[in-house]
Amino acid sequence: MDATIATFLIQDGLTNGAIYALLGLAIVLVFAVTRVIFIPQGEFVAYGALTLAILDTGQVPATPKLLLCFGAVAFLLDLWSWRRSFAMRDLVKNIALNLGLPLAIYGAVLYLAPLQLPSFIRALIAVSIIAPMGLYVYRIAYRPLADASVLVLLITSVGVHLAMLGLGLIFFGPEGLRAAPLHDGSFTLGPLLVTAQSVLIYLMTILIMVGLYFFFEKTLLGKALRATAVNRLGAQLVGVRTQLTGSTAFVLAATIAAISGVLLGPITTIYYDTGFLIGLKGFVAAILGGMGSFPITAIAAIGVGMVESFASFFASNYKEIIVFGLIVPVLIWLSLGANHHEED
Amino acid sequence: MMKKSLKIWAASALSLTLMAGSALADITIGVTIPTTGPGAALGIPLKNSIELWPTEIAGEKLKVIILDDAGDPSAATTNARRFANDDKVDVLMGSALTPAAIGAAGVAAEVGVPHFAISPVPPQVAKGKWSFVLPQYSTVLAKRMFARMQKDGVKRVSFIGFADSYGQQWVDELTKTGKDFGLEVVADERYARADTSVSGQVLKALAAKPDAVFIGASGTGAALPQIGVRERGFTGPVYVVSGAVTFEFLRIAGKAVENTIFSSGPVMVAEDQADDSPTKAEGLAYLKAYEGKFGPNTRTQFGSHVWDAMVILQKAVPVALKTAKPGTQEFRDALRDAIESSGPYNATHGVFQFTPEDHYGLDERGAVLLTAKDGKFMMLKD
Repeated sequence: MDATIATFLIQDGLTNGAIYALLGLAIVLVFAVTRVIFIPQGEFVAYGALTLAILDTGQVPATPKLLLCFGAVAFLLDLWSWRRSFAMRDLVKNIALNLGLPLAIYGAVLYLAPLQLPSFIRALIAVSIIAPMGLYVYRIAYRPLADASVLVLLITSVGVHLAMLGLGLIFFGPEGLRAAPLHDGSFTLGPLLVTAQSVLIYLMTILIMVGLYFFFEKTLLGKALRATAVNRLGAQLVGVRTQLTGSTAFVLAATIAAISGVLLGPITTIYYDTGFLIGLKGFVAAILGGMGSFPITAIAAIGVGMVESFASFFASNYKEIIVFGLIVPVLIWLSLGANHHEED
Repeated sequence: MMKKSLKIWAASALSLTLMAGSALADITIGVTIPTTGPGAALGIPLKNSIELWPTEIAGEKLKVIILDDAGDPSAATTNARRFANDDKVDVLMGSALTPAAIGAAGVAAEVGVPHFAISPVPPQVAKGKWSFVLPQYSTVLAKRMFARMQKDGVKRVSFIGFADSYGQQWVDELTKTGKDFGLEVVADERYARADTSVSGQVLKALAAKPDAVFIGASGTGAALPQIGVRERGFTGPVYVVSGAVTFEFLRIAGKAVENTIFSSGPVMVAEDQADDSPTKAEGLAYLKAYEGKFGPNTRTQFGSHVWDAMVILQKAVPVALKTAKPGTQEFRDALRDAIESSGPYNATHGVFQFTPEDHYGLDERGAVLLTAKDGKFMMLKD
């Protein structure tokens, strides 16, 4: 191994690490606010990438239709709880959010997909199809269980993951797809060939991190999310609507996942079931960050990317073992520090 | 308890009717394939191809039952048991992934049903009395490929492949069979289908200064190293195993795949074959039927294995019908013997000639070499 190979590996590790950082942040975000371990994260990544890949071919992907179905189910659920209030305002809101929004997106995609728009717009379309799914998934699967234990929420997550995996197979087929790069360019930096796509990944990751920082520090909704994360009951007592913070967290997480998918789609082949493993690596980073700290999660994610990259060079056969083995010492360390308490 | 006695009653009632000579006239075929899960890329074209089967053989109606096993050995075994016990199948097929196929073969051997494995199961399984293997065993494909590599002057080979039994099978061929062709494995790098990058593996494989790169991966998953080695400026030949011979692979690998050499079953290029080739007629018939129904350029090698099974059955069933009626153990015995003795079968994937010692049946006619040009596969004449 020489310096050239090392720089290649570092570059590769950075690119993957940046994606894992995004996913890790989303997992920490969702967990802090709703106590949900967001396993379906990976499916949102795959949906985002595959939707973009299909949009590239000028066809209409199946995900807008899926969005319509999700919206319809959420509409029915909201209609059922509406029977308690019978307020006109709630009904209008229900129709607009659960039926109007997906219909608008569906119509827009139907119109825009065959136009062969520039790749950035296609990516934007893909993200705006996938992001609202977070809202509906939260409404359908998690909101009715908002006060359940972490374990119940985890099992729900597994269920949602399996359901979305199956839908992915039906809608995208068993073979992998690869999207066209968002930007084709590349430049050389010493011995390194840096593609525009990887620069885009770094930029997006930094942008999202900065955006999240400002969201949590400067906006009322962000502060409400933080309040929910610190103490759910306390936040409720001082007037924070925890349902709103829950759905916000899910929409944010789905948006971040869809953006990761769009960034990842052009650099690798994505299958309907690829997302899970990618999400798991974000999860490893989130665990290394103690499921609570955003900065440590981001740094840990870069570390995961680096370890993965170097492991794939030195011992490709044991790469996954090495990457997932990272969490064992951390768990031991955390268990030494924590005072043991029963599951709340 | 109740259920058991009911079953006994049903069984004895059934055997009475059988003795009366009015057996269930239908030939029942049970197929267990992975239409979901990691083997779905194999299972779905198989399922589509089963739709192309005729509705009867030699005047006997066909009853086909397809169950999904998601590539899981225990699900495949359960399915096979259900076929054997509840549906009393005459023929068992499946599964498409090797561990699941081994499970189904175990049930077939236990209850005595002719079984077609749609995966190249290892020799100890193929030795079983009841199991016949439809896909080429890797050695058939490997020998063809290695001969070509030797001709191209390749000595040092870097292997990049899946970190699973599929990748292992090919690296084993490369180290064992490859030795006879003067090949030396200088790097053995593995990755998983879901990996987002293979840069590390590609760098290591190329750092070993190989004459050629050999990719042991299937489907679009093989595109990652194929693109990777070309991106890193490797100009030597690249050889890819048959599992990657799909149009999706070509589409994704794009320009990076030009001049790459593939081993494959002959069905992918039935049009290019010489007119006297024994695999041409069935190959063309299959492609016409499949692409006529599912659209142009939808062909895969995987799907046509069940077409081959039907080619075999159409010849063997009439022989077996002479001695027994479908639905009886005598028929299953006779059918098994007939499959062994009625060859050779000119099928899409080669010429099957089963013998009591050889349940693979295919010889070197079961492998061709392809190259890719302008998003299409072309046969290489050698």
